[in-house]
Amino acid sequence: MSACGDCAGCGPAAVATFPSAAVKAVAVIGPPNSGKTTLFNRLTGLRQKVANFPGVTVEQHTGIAELAAGQSVELIDLPGVYSLSPHSEDEQVAYDVLTGRRTDTPKPEAVLLVLDSTNLRRHLMLAAPILALGLPTLIILNMADDLRNRGGTLDTKALSNELGAPVALISARQDEGIEQVREFLAGAMALPTPRSLPVLHDIPKCREWAGEVGSQADYRAPIAPKWTRRLDRVMLHPWVGPLIFAFVVILVFQSIFSYVTPLMDGVKWLFDVSGNWIATTLPPSLLRSLLVDGVWRGVGSVIVFLPQVLLLFLFIGILEDSGYLARAALIADRTMARFGLQGKSFIPLLSAYACAVPAILSTRTIENKRDRTATILIAPFMTCAARFPVYTLIIAAFLPNRQLLGFLSVRTVAMIGLYALGFVVAVLTARVLKSSILKSGRTPFVLEMPAYRWPTVQSLGLRLFDRSKVFLRRAGTVILLVTVLLWMAAHVPYSHGHPPAIRDSLAGTLGRTIEPVIRPLGFDWKIGIGIITSFAARETIIATLGAIYGMDHPDATSMDLQSALRHDLTPGAAVALLIFFAFAMQCVSTIAVVRRETGGWKWPLAQFAYMSSLAYGGAFLAAHLMRFV
Amino acid sequence: MQLSGNKNEPETLPASLMDLRRGDAAVLSDIDLPAEDARRLMELGFLPGARVVAGHSAPGGDPRVFQVDGSEIAVRRETARRLKIHQKGRVPRKA
Repeated sequence: MSACGDCAGCGPAAVATFPSAAVKAVAVIGPPNSGKTTLFNRLTGLRQKVANFPGVTVEQHTGIAELAAGQSVELIDLPGVYSLSPHSEDEQVAYDVLTGRRTDTPKPEAVLLVLDSTNLRRHLMLAAPILALGLPTLIILNMADDLRNRGGTLDTKALSNELGAPVALISARQDEGIEQVREFLAGAMALPTPRSLPVLHDIPKCREWAGEVGSQADYRAPIAPKWTRRLDRVMLHPWVGPLIFAFVVILVFQSIFSYVTPLMDGVKWLFDVSGNWIATTLPPSLLRSLLVDGVWRGVGSVIVFLPQVLLLFLFIGILEDSGYLARAALIADRTMARFGLQGKSFIPLLSAYACAVPAILSTRTIENKRDRTATILIAPFMTCAARFPVYTLIIAAFLPNRQLLGFLSVRTVAMIGLYALGFVVAVLTARVLKSSILKSGRTPFVLEMPAYRWPTVQSLGLRLFDRSKVFLRRAGTVILLVTVLLWMAAHVPYSHGHPPAIRDSLAGTLGRTIEPVIRPLGFDWKIGIGIITSFAARETIIATLGAIYGMDHPDATSMDLQSALRHDLTPGAAVALLIFFAFAMQCVSTIAVVRRETGGWKWPLAQFAYMSSLAYGGAFLAAHLMRFV
Repeated sequence: MQLSGNKNEPETLPASLMDLRRGDAAVLSDIDLPAEDARRLMELGFLPGARVVAGHSAPGGDPRVFQVDGSEIAVRRETARRLKIHQKGRVPRKA
């Protein structure tokens, strides 16, 4: 194949062809912020999957890159690293994968090394350990558009000569030069010619080497990013900066709680209409009851949140891709430091207002292990989207829609109060954790400020696609299972062709069994069933109570949930129920993700025990204090 | 900075990145941190001999962004204090 002729710097290197085995594995590696993931997405599109490296908390993306002539290559996206000296978990994983020490991943036959061409000298330091591996390597200099626009230049041929490996100058974001990468992957591959590389563990030597290589390649660094400097003058202005920060946070909140309502109503309407259609189409039977009351209502009550979750991820995506996220972390750092955390904990905690699961996944950007664990442990206290409908229901049932101070309704104040409660308990918990078992050493807080960039539709779209998959899988598995189990529990024992009264069913028996435990909180057995099912996912309690009250009063189907609750709960018990939901860790998905991310059962179990006792204690106190009000 | 005649008095502490105001540049002399932490900072460009320019900071002045080796890196006050600079190399902001 003569494809190599087009590739800027194949000249001096020996050409080796891929062994034409089934699917070849190629590793993609590069420093953080080098645009590695953008390139990975460009090459693989939607054909990627996320997996975790077992035992460690590093996420691995793999994807299939389609090449011309029906060939395909498996790409492994490795974590962003500055060096290969295995000091951190990320570096260890990258090193092990590249040297074929991991049994779960095929040893890569080639490497795509992605470097930021606008900061070539420093990024070239990573080329030394990668080239020393002796694998066929393509050195990809990304962000060619930025380099050009800011007046930077380099001689790729000379650089290729100097490094003894092919070099491609591309812009993954602008889809520029990607064909060079595809050609490299397609077959004709250049093996690196051994060159004198620096002593790998001596950073000053490595940097000196990188500088020299850069000079040999006539590298002229681009001028400072003008717009980034200008924007930072505003974004990091002593008082304008925090104002913008507050505005961004408020905008995110306002959007996910208010602007998205019509969309959520739309989804709800779709489920109602389709549910009714199923109900009228099928003859009355057990199957119809299972489909409509079990499956449709249960899953529908969760999918309603999809627009909200997607909108949140859209915001986080825009903030992250544009570069503002790093500035937000910088501004938030001092406040977070007061609770023993750091600026990078801010985004996971903000995300936790939508859902603790993605929030916990996003703690991966926190390098300090103890800070990361502390953030994971407090994230579920943040008022997630699943608590929102529960709060809405109880507040609407017990508080009048009266105006306070002329513009705020009593209900809004109660809602804000509950959000504040979760936050306060979270930071207090963080303080306690960070001054005791998770006390950090003096690991310095380091945060790189990337240049501002326009987020691309493609990258945002992929992210949303990825997240909705995760979310729908949850609704389709855990919550579906729980609603079906509940439905079954409510229909056992089945006699004379009729389900039992809910009180005498298996579910009712369970509820009555735990009633003595929850009685001090003011809850009866129906709330008890709701609480049991809500441990699968908080919002399930609504579907559960809906089902229970519907079954309990077969002739009074119009009796709505709110008046049913008013009938069964005292105001004190209602407050207790709110407090219980604010503190309890009622979410199997969160427990599962904490186990995965902390690499064992120790933390999720401790967290569950702590949150449950806090929930019970808080609800107990609230129920008793309310008697004096 | 000249102290009064007493020779037994310890010399003034060497200056650190903390002493730079926005726009000031200086040359890094050494990193007074445990090897592991110093390594992380060196990978980001904070190498002895590197030219560092102080940039924006978060409200309250902590953490502060420094321009070093083509990137902008934010570090906290407690870390900046450990990054020592050559007294002579300190150049006040141009214009």
